[in-house]
Amino acid sequence: MTTSYIGKPISRVDGRAKVTGEAKYAAEYHVPDLAYGWIVSSAIARGKILAIDAEEALRLPGVLHVFTHKDTEHLALSSRDFSDEVAPPGSPFRPLDGDEVLYNMQPVALVVADSLELARYAASLIRVEYDLEPHATDLEAERAKAYLPRPRRGLPPPPPPRGDVQKALAESAVRHEGEYRAPTEHQNPMELFATTVIRDEGGGLIVYDKTQGVQNVQNYLCGIFGCSKDDLRVVSPFVGGGFGSGLRPQHQVFLAVLAARELKRSVRVAMTRQQMFSLTHRPATWQKVVLGAASDGRLLAVTHDAISETSRFEDYSEPVVHWSGHLYRCDNGEFSHGVVPLDVYSPGDMRAPGATWGMYALECAMDELAVGAGIDPLELRLKNYSDWDRNADKQFSSKELRACYQQAAERFGWAARKPEPRSMRDGNSLIGWGMATGIWEAFQMKAGARALLTADGRLTVSSAASDIGPGTYTAMTQIAADTLGLPIEKVTFKLGDSSFPKSPVEGGSWTTSSNGSAVKAACEKIREKLFESARAISGSPLAGVGLGDVTFTEGQIRVSGDRTRAVSLIDAMRNGGVTAIEEEASPALSRKQNSYSRFSHSAIFAEVRIDQDLGTIQVPRVVSAIAGGRIINPKTARSQVSGGIVWGIGMALHEESVMDHAFGRFMNHNLVDYHVPVNADVHDIEVIFVEERDDIVNPLGVKGLGEIGIVGVGAAIANAVFHATGKRIRDLPITLDKLM
Amino acid sequence: MNNKPKTETVVAATASLPPEVRIVLKVNGAVKQIEVAPWTTLLDALREHLGLTGTKKGCDHGQCGACTVLVNGRRINSCMTLAVMQDGAEITTIEGLAEGDVLHPMQEAFVEHDAFQCGYCTPGQICSAVGLIEEGRAKSPSEIRELMSGNICRCGAYTGIVAAVRQVMGTKKEGGGQ
Repeated sequence: MTTSYIGKPISRVDGRAKVTGEAKYAAEYHVPDLAYGWIVSSAIARGKILAIDAEEALRLPGVLHVFTHKDTEHLALSSRDFSDEVAPPGSPFRPLDGDEVLYNMQPVALVVADSLELARYAASLIRVEYDLEPHATDLEAERAKAYLPRPRRGLPPPPPPRGDVQKALAESAVRHEGEYRAPTEHQNPMELFATTVIRDEGGGLIVYDKTQGVQNVQNYLCGIFGCSKDDLRVVSPFVGGGFGSGLRPQHQVFLAVLAARELKRSVRVAMTRQQMFSLTHRPATWQKVVLGAASDGRLLAVTHDAISETSRFEDYSEPVVHWSGHLYRCDNGEFSHGVVPLDVYSPGDMRAPGATWGMYALECAMDELAVGAGIDPLELRLKNYSDWDRNADKQFSSKELRACYQQAAERFGWAARKPEPRSMRDGNSLIGWGMATGIWEAFQMKAGARALLTADGRLTVSSAASDIGPGTYTAMTQIAADTLGLPIEKVTFKLGDSSFPKSPVEGGSWTTSSNGSAVKAACEKIREKLFESARAISGSPLAGVGLGDVTFTEGQIRVSGDRTRAVSLIDAMRNGGVTAIEEEASPALSRKQNSYSRFSHSAIFAEVRIDQDLGTIQVPRVVSAIAGGRIINPKTARSQVSGGIVWGIGMALHEESVMDHAFGRFMNHNLVDYHVPVNADVHDIEVIFVEERDDIVNPLGVKGLGEIGIVGVGAAIANAVFHATGKRIRDLPITLDKLM
Repeated sequence: MNNKPKTETVVAATASLPPEVRIVLKVNGAVKQIEVAPWTTLLDALREHLGLTGTKKGCDHGQCGACTVLVNGRRINSCMTLAVMQDGAEITTIEGLAEGDVLHPMQEAFVEHDAFQCGYCTPGQICSAVGLIEEGRAKSPSEIRELMSGNICRCGAYTGIVAAVRQVMGTKKEGGGQ
């Protein structure tokens, strides 16, 4: 494939729509007679609803109905299964199903009215009476109740023990043991969760939903309401951020469809920012890491145990401890992960689930071991570098982590670091330099794409993917344009429609590898057809050559290296007697992949500047080198990784969903009290993409970048804070009070 | 736009709902007359009554800046002001920045510097940045960062945002000197 576009820093193809306000998100579709729903949230964390008094609300003219659990009793929902393709094992939450309250701010009613203002006001008039039951929301207090979670689809259990850890620890010249605590965090995408259901006269529904997976939502809704996919289409061309929060259908989509079906109206339901804190979240997690090493720093033993929260109705778990089994070479290891059920909504995937917390603990522990052994932290990593995946007992498809360390260290100027804590100062500020490693798995899921080439030379490609911000529209357009050698202006990629070819949810950093491979395959089928037609032209300049001998470029099929022997795509179509060629592909995953472990890696170096008197922490610069396979678009890729680094700054210094255990409610459920990094918190960020060729990982050689950017950043900053202050803070976020 | 019940009907039916209020807003140069509840925010008036959904709702509490618009040339959070308080005001939203097909320099700069990902905070960022330059207070990158901190970007596109603002600021300065 010639690459006119792949690898080039193309500006986003949807950029214009986003900077002009033309890009429409879920809550932005209008029809006359649209009704508005407002969700009433429970005031308690656990108990039973005794009564819901909606009389006053219903007296207001324009209030259409107040849905409660009483309304779902006689609905005969065709399935009681509210599961979805991302659901962890257990019994999924069913909105308005029964009188039980399972977590604070659970939806207990939906007020529907003729206007937004009226629905919101009416919701304030609803009185709910509860029978309060004792709740438990404190992971620390409940830790002894941890059990092994039921295994989650696609997630192997922690690696089995190996070697003899006790013996190895006894023989270790240097040992480190540390407990690390990480709080609950919320994804907080900027767009509020919202659904607009547009109902046609025949009862057919178009569901505009904020989701990372239109087909996941469609399957969920059709399963619950027993309707056909022809009658319920889910559409989501623009998504205002997801970060995992939109992987599973959220309750507003169920409520909006319920109301639209029952009231036979088009309905919009949007959550408030406060209500979004009652959704999925990154689980509070306790970890313990024990490391033993020889005096030269060689790792002899590693143990990594984690206990995280889950809900009472599902076992959510994530890969927290797995990484410690293969990031470094070590013959003796033990790993475990338990979960504790609390009266909260089920936690879920949030950007780099598992790795974010696990690598924070492991990489802080490695830093502590380096200090103990008197070895430079980077040298310690290199000394224990692993070229073999001990967990899976496989070789890596590619691993350019050494180059990441080398290039990022050089750019950062790591060699100038003075090892002693508190040894680098600038006026009244303590300067600290820290580093860490990042890792994330490179997945490929089965996905489909359809490509349509018309006689005017325009190509339209579609797949039911999402673009929550990484630049899927742009990357897919580049791949399609290059595969058929078309100018990028002639190519349109469409996504976010459940009627398009099958796609997994957008998550796990797998969209480019999965959907991109499908786009390439569909366009390759068109190539074959075009080539056959072009060669069949009488006296064809392509006579006698094979598909492997030609290049598709500038709207032509050319014999490679011979500009004079060419047929235009349009002539090829004309000769074939067609005005359009349409092909669909859903490529099988290569079996060869299974013989290899496939991961992306990174090396992060961070500087902190801490005011000696006030303890305020700034991060003046971060350098991250990424080995993420082939980079389709360096411009959007850089943004994605840079955004991940901003998230790392947030996890290290700002983010924490603070639970008031007396009420079992997150008390800082807004964007003032839940701190996310703002512009003034972010300074110089440098992203380096290390050259990494990988022909095994998928046909495009890409590894995905959505998660890798954040992994390790929290540890690099925490390690820098130690270097600056001599204080080791083992519970996140590192706020100034902890340094006092 | 909604087919809302007439003000008079509402008043006749119950005393518990105050009457709707007729206001005039000059939005992106066009005079718009609408009837809104006394507690309708400017943000909801734009999004739900005028169909101008380019202005975004991210928190409805003045905490995120996604709803930033220019009112009489000043940047404000449109969720923090009632529509009735802006009766007669001149409002510029993201839809009013480009001139036909020609993007505003700030819009161009945002695309060029990839100063967004999901795009949801973007209209607010751009309106805020246009307002910032009008204010003339920010001179250095750190001042830009500080004075753009009312606009949260959860995708973390801040380095691109600062680069875009600096580019437009630089162009403006050069232009002013000629």
